[in-house]
Amino acid sequence: MSDGGSPAMGDNGSPAVGDGGLPASVEALRRVREDPHRLGHRPHGPREVVAGAGHGATGPANKRVIVGYGFWIFLLSDIIVFSCFFAAFAVQRGATAGGPAVAQIVDLNRVAFETAALLLSSYTCMLSFAATDARNRLWTQLFLLATGVLGLGFLLLELQEFAELAGQGITPQRSGMLTSFFGLVGLHGVHVAAGLLWLATMMAQVQLKGFRPEIIHRLMCFNLFWHALDIVWIGIFTIVYLMGSGA
Amino acid sequence: MSNLGSDPHRHTDMLDGREDHAPGDEPEESAGHWVRNANLGLGFSVVLTVGAFLLAASDVIYPPAIPVALIVLAIAQMGVHLVFFLHITTGPDNANNVLALAFGILVVFLIVIGSIWIMDHLDQNMMPMEQMMRMQR
Repeated sequence: MSDGGSPAMGDNGSPAVGDGGLPASVEALRRVREDPHRLGHRPHGPREVVAGAGHGATGPANKRVIVGYGFWIFLLSDIIVFSCFFAAFAVQRGATAGGPAVAQIVDLNRVAFETAALLLSSYTCMLSFAATDARNRLWTQLFLLATGVLGLGFLLLELQEFAELAGQGITPQRSGMLTSFFGLVGLHGVHVAAGLLWLATMMAQVQLKGFRPEIIHRLMCFNLFWHALDIVWIGIFTIVYLMGSGA
Repeated sequence: MSNLGSDPHRHTDMLDGREDHAPGDEPEESAGHWVRNANLGLGFSVVLTVGAFLLAASDVIYPPAIPVALIVLAIAQMGVHLVFFLHITTGPDNANNVLALAFGILVVFLIVIGSIWIMDHLDQNMMPMEQMMRMQR
């Protein structure tokens, strides 16, 4: 076979590069391989690839990166679920059907305490992960315990709020606004309750199994989950409570 | 970068900057500063939260602008959480995380803005409620 007119091929079957006067497609192939914009990659090419980094032909990235990224995708999809509840509340906020309006059911003092509890628990959660990083079991457990106590305080305040409202006959079936209100705030509360169960499980696992790789991966995921709950709460206290109290 | 030595090649004490970051990993430029990051995140969050609560209860600024100001403060605080607690950075090792986040934000905006937009128009085009009740009688 003659190579006249066709792209020149090297001995090993790969397109030869840098011969000069090559068709544009070979040049494009070289650009793609060198990834000039380095999307998702460290600069590579002449440097050798690292095993476990997920680059080149060294197989998938190591477990920690894959686990963290997969959980990140889950969290984003969970936030999309929350956004549906936010959209429902935004649409229904005026639909009071002659019942109480948003401004009459919010208690800013309690919400301030709830917010403080959740923010501090996010902080202690991160400190516990810092202790995990230093392989300090005692401080990991103490900060996880503090996270749990603060989270439990948040949940009790929210249950107290719901009980008080129910005592005044303000229940989800009263109006469209209340349905979406209890749906949104309740969904977040259910997430916090599930997070507390997870947290108790993690404390037991750290105590019994120690800092094994899979335990550390789970602690990392719990850390991400708890911070994501705090991010959702920022949206709730701003849009439902603060904006509702003024309107 | 975090030194979570939970993966085989990390036991060699050689941290490699070419590896991708998982969300929650320490960014490379502030390696080993877990507590500093946590303190900064808490500090910014407290300032933004207290600011939001004070703003909602006062009339320091033009009252109709308060909801917009509250939303700005909330978005700022979400950013603080992403950077200091979830350790999302703009580095090339974070490109996958940021792309996923960007897609998530796009879907959230489509759902929320789209719902408000559509339902508002539907509301305007609907017959007033009492007129509808009269017709149903």
